[in-house]
Amino acid sequence: MIAEAGLAALWFAAALALLQLVLAAMGVRATRAPAEAGAQAPEDGARDSWTPAFAGERGVADQLLAAVRPVAVVQGALAVLAMGLLIALFLRSDMSVLLVAQNSHTAKPWLYKFAGAWGNHEGSMLLWVTILGAAGAAVALLEKRLPPATLIATLGAQAAIALGFYAFLLFSSNPFARLLPAPADGNGLNPLLQDPGLAFHPPTLYAGYVGLSVAFSFAVGAMVTRDVGPAFARAMRPWVLGAWIFLTLGITAGSYWAYYELGWGGWWFWDPVENASLMPWLAATALLHSVTVLATRDGLRAWTVMLAVVAFSMSMVGTFLVRSGVLTSVHAFALDPTRGEFILALLTLYIGGALALFALRVGTIRAGATFEPVSREGALVINNLLLSVILAVVLIGTLYPIVAAGMGVQLSVGAPFFDKTAGPIALALVAVMAAGPLIRWRRDRAGAVARRVAVPGIVTVAVLGIVLVAVPGIRVLPLLGLGFAAGLAVASVAPLWGRALGRTPLFTWGMVIAHLGIAVSLAGMACDSAFTKETLVAARVGEPHRVGPFSVTLEGIRPVVGDNWSALEAKLVARRGEGAPFVLRPQSRFFSAPPTVTSESAIATRLDGQLYTVLGQADDQGRWQLRLWWKPFVTLIWLGGALIALGGLLSLLGRLVREGRVARREEEA
Amino acid sequence: MRKALIWLPFVAFVGVLAVVAIGLFRPADRDVRSALVGHELPEFALPAMVEGVPGVDKARFTQGTPRLLNVFASWCIPCIAESPQLMRLKAMGVPIEGVAVRDTPENTGIFLRRYGNPFVGVGDDRDGRLQLAIGSSGVPESYVIDGKGRIVLQHIGDIRAEDVETIAAAVRGAR
Repeated sequence: MIAEAGLAALWFAAALALLQLVLAAMGVRATRAPAEAGAQAPEDGARDSWTPAFAGERGVADQLLAAVRPVAVVQGALAVLAMGLLIALFLRSDMSVLLVAQNSHTAKPWLYKFAGAWGNHEGSMLLWVTILGAAGAAVALLEKRLPPATLIATLGAQAAIALGFYAFLLFSSNPFARLLPAPADGNGLNPLLQDPGLAFHPPTLYAGYVGLSVAFSFAVGAMVTRDVGPAFARAMRPWVLGAWIFLTLGITAGSYWAYYELGWGGWWFWDPVENASLMPWLAATALLHSVTVLATRDGLRAWTVMLAVVAFSMSMVGTFLVRSGVLTSVHAFALDPTRGEFILALLTLYIGGALALFALRVGTIRAGATFEPVSREGALVINNLLLSVILAVVLIGTLYPIVAAGMGVQLSVGAPFFDKTAGPIALALVAVMAAGPLIRWRRDRAGAVARRVAVPGIVTVAVLGIVLVAVPGIRVLPLLGLGFAAGLAVASVAPLWGRALGRTPLFTWGMVIAHLGIAVSLAGMACDSAFTKETLVAARVGEPHRVGPFSVTLEGIRPVVGDNWSALEAKLVARRGEGAPFVLRPQSRFFSAPPTVTSESAIATRLDGQLYTVLGQADDQGRWQLRLWWKPFVTLIWLGGALIALGGLLSLLGRLVREGRVARREEEA
Repeated sequence: MRKALIWLPFVAFVGVLAVVAIGLFRPADRDVRSALVGHELPEFALPAMVEGVPGVDKARFTQGTPRLLNVFASWCIPCIAESPQLMRLKAMGVPIEGVAVRDTPENTGIFLRRYGNPFVGVGDDRDGRLQLAIGSSGVPESYVIDGKGRIVLQHIGDIRAEDVETIAAAVRGAR
């Protein structure tokens, strides 16, 4: 019954999305006629929340909006209900449901039954749609500042996206399909996914990914009503920030998860799926900055709308790349071309439609305020361009294997390409982001800017010199990474210089902390790349081996048994110089359902880095293969990621607090 | 000039779309080139699963005739879809050995009665141990084994109508 209820909830949600779309279309029709007659008045009055041109139709728009809001909320609630029911099916191990039988197992710990609900194609698509519905509901409930006509169009766009993906679920990826006769037990979950990370990483990442749909719908809504201005930007900004925070957290958590779970000691693999999460992040980061230019200085109107479309388009392209099996990846669950065709059709419709709308309408969006090249706006434009170039590089690198396959060559594009191409551009971006916050809005003098960036510049050069002397033979990228990280760290906190810290607005703190996070993360990446020590040994029991400042001794191997696995566990005793010895227990795990062997690394975290150990195979002379890494300051990578997200959060809170205060003041007046 | 530029994002998207559409509709070789090709089957002896059909052991594969090893289960839907193709291969003279994974004799019996029995022997791999040993990650999967017990080809997923000729050719070629 639960499965049928879930399916019914999905059908109802799809029907409501259709209703939402129809109501929104009516709303757009009702408000458009006077807008055109009023010679595009809304742009001139964009600063106001409402304009006289619409006044005559205000009643109709408000009535329709009053009807659309609850529809969007109920639609989102039904999607959440469907997801909840699927989770219930997994928790009960109802093997008469195909998806549960294929991806779960009664002997699995409950956490993996719970998270296993989205550790597969259908479930993850349902999660995707659930977040889409929930995001639409949140907009309907919370968005008070957007003019009603634009809000109606926005909710219509959100419904149009949702409708397509509901259809995708219902017609080609039904998560609630039955399996009769029911098997005695399920196939189990991919052991690589049997990690607490699965409970946290996909929902966070998806919240970011799909949260960007709100920005997309806002952009489409604003293009439909031709209402792009600072008020629109201020309304959109918290949604972009929210999605961006989740995306940042999701990528950071995913990177750490891959780092300790895959047992290769790497933290970023340029896997197509990782790229699929990085591309929306790059676009969203650019959007975040351009929306600020639009909100504060009324510049970059068309560009901001464009980025809002691109950001979510990248989410959809990513979903397509992952779900269609066009690219082979560890994350690709199902290779089913018909599903690929379905998503491709949706992509064509939504992205193609939005970009065509952009091309048709952008001419009617009047150019916003202009600015001098040497200004905060100018720096942000360069930031946006560099982010876009990195985005293009990642997109091309990700798609190139398909082009090559079309020409009959099988290849994969990996770290060597991306490090060489994206790396230098990213360093240039770091230089711009160090200078950006030190430049004034509108116009500044080059000499004054040069004086302000002098200290970070000197710090960079000094660190470069010190590292070059202290670490002879260091490669260029890590060297520059360390120097730029130091300079950026100094430049990031410079905006606080001479300010009363208690009275500094929260969003300034947000910017400072997020930029500092980039510096911290960059330092971690450079340290990992420059100073990692790796040892691969065939170890006998009792024999010490050196890695970096540690000596590691294999004391013994013993079998251990878990809920649904058995393992060989090594007892390693590690010691740093004459310090106290400590124990690490890496495992080689055997899962029976499905039958797989995984290696569980054991990691000891110290203030200045991590000792990372992996147990390999035994050879025929009773020696055990051990992989040992000493990774100085590698933790900074993820600490930086967390700081970036924290910066985003402070910025979001700061904006909400300030705008709430302004709104209250306006009400009083 | 500006007009043309405005359409640039749209044109770029059409380009991306064309690339992925090619990737989707003209799939290049999607076969996973198995690391197991060229390896020898491990020693194994699986007991009979159903009455009247013998079990399967390593010796079957080392007697000079190439054979197809099919990993299946009665609870596996693609295995049902695959069964007509296995019957075709049987009719073409390919000897097929079955490995029933995590299954019961009753259900396997019902499965073979309902969809036909293409197998010479069906071995009972109740805990999936052989499946793991031969590097199979799911059901169905098929292996072409030459007459000396070496894996020549690994086919992941169900054998579809269009795969039958390839597999029959591989069996012929393994002689």
